[in-house]
Amino acid sequence: MKMVSAVIKPFKLDDVREALSEIGVQGITVTEVKGFGRQKGHTELYRGAEYVVDFLPKVRVDAAVSSDIVDQVVEAISSAAQTGKIGDGKIFVTSIEQVVRIRTGETGTEAL
Amino acid sequence: MEELLNTTAADVTQLKYALDTFYFLVCGALVMWMAAGFAMLESGLVRAKNTTEILTKNVALYAVSCIMYLVCGYAIMYGGEYLLSGITGDGFTGAEEPATYAPSADFFFQVVFVATAMSIVSGAVAERMKLWAFLAFAIVMTGFIYPMEGSWTWGGNAVFGMYTLGDLGFSDFAGSGIVHMAGAAAALAGVLVLGARKGKYTKEGGVNAIPGANLPLATLGTFILWLGWFGFNGGSVLATSDVANSNAVAVVFMNTNAAAAGGVVAALIVARLLFGKADLTMALNGALAGLVAITAEPSTPSALQATLFGAIGGVLVVFSILTLDKMKIDDPVGAISVHGVVGLLGLLLVPLTNDGAAFSGQIIGALTIFGWVFGTSLVTWFIIKAVIGVRVTEEEEYEGVDISECGMEAYPEFTSAK
Repeated sequence: MKMVSAVIKPFKLDDVREALSEIGVQGITVTEVKGFGRQKGHTELYRGAEYVVDFLPKVRVDAAVSSDIVDQVVEAISSAAQTGKIGDGKIFVTSIEQVVRIRTGETGTEAL
Repeated sequence: MEELLNTTAADVTQLKYALDTFYFLVCGALVMWMAAGFAMLESGLVRAKNTTEILTKNVALYAVSCIMYLVCGYAIMYGGEYLLSGITGDGFTGAEEPATYAPSADFFFQVVFVATAMSIVSGAVAERMKLWAFLAFAIVMTGFIYPMEGSWTWGGNAVFGMYTLGDLGFSDFAGSGIVHMAGAAAALAGVLVLGARKGKYTKEGGVNAIPGANLPLATLGTFILWLGWFGFNGGSVLATSDVANSNAVAVVFMNTNAAAAGGVVAALIVARLLFGKADLTMALNGALAGLVAITAEPSTPSALQATLFGAIGGVLVVFSILTLDKMKIDDPVGAISVHGVVGLLGLLLVPLTNDGAAFSGQIIGALTIFGWVFGTSLVTWFIIKAVIGVRVTEEEEYEGVDISECGMEAYPEFTSAK
């Protein structure tokens, strides 16, 4: 079992959700986050004076999936969230030790 | 028959008195509403941690202005007795020279102008001044400094017995100089004594932006001021009960509106050209600059001239704000530029359309008003600084003056009852 965490542009959230639904991902968790990458935020002007926006708003999509579809999931998110411009985000894949469905007590891939 | 005609004539005169009084009062109420406009504009352009204090300042300065003008300001400016003794009397029946409106309506209309002048100061010194130092200044400004220059201009008195501005061709219809530039002069003196907000200017000479917390409020405030300005300029015609005066009132409304529109468009375009983006706060300042520019003479320009005058104000205000920042004069809301620099522009535009005014008179008038208000304000601010201090501590400024001065936040979170 893998946890796929994707930090994406907020306006791409709907596309990513649809792409994940299509390949059979049962559920995702979405968090509004802020951060910076290699660009280190950007500057804006207010009344002619510059100010730096250090942290840009992003959306993090967490999907716990079985190991056999993880490549499909990463591919779906990549193609749905890509604009080709700076700030498209990143995808992190980590291993999950255990999953429990609270209502039934199911564990492992049964609980995904 | 003759008796009937006499009664009808008397009724018509009374009706005119009633109508002019009513008009004056409604206009005064509109100007009073400008206090709300200033409060919203300023609370929108400061940071959230200074909201409660700026609102407190605005409501308190309005009240202080009303009381001080009642106690002595009106008497200094227009003569009569302190504490308005006798002003509630009838200005018509049995009066030696019948007035055209109720004397107390005149006081009401004048008092809201004082409050406007004082409101201008509060935005410029926002986010770092002690509340009670500001209110102490408000007492002196509204009870003495403003009424003195008002007596030389609208009051018609000679300046310390030396010269009379009216005789020199000075003309300021509704107060570009007398109200707006005067308020800005006091604000400038305050800012110079107070210093810039921490973090606004860097040691290397750079300027940091400190964005306002709530642009919807700033926009609402600008619209409220725009509305109130119809009372400010329109009421300054002083009458509406005959064809000539009602025409004048209509022209003043039209030109006041046109100037504000010209100011917005001009400031918006200049901001777009200079910064590459449409800066809303500059557009808002442009509206107010247009209004201030036309205030000195809204009755003689054509509608096109009024629009252009407003547009000149809108261009000037953007460059003025940038220049003041280069000079490290920190004015969070742009009050000194809007009311001072453009107020001066308004005075200088008068002779272009009003033959009764002279450039020399306008310049002498502007110097008199600015010199007096700036000088006396500077002395007053220094005295306040020596006695109770004008500035909050660095830590209080960082935490926000809402907590240090008012003990409450505008938007409290994570609180629970004890």
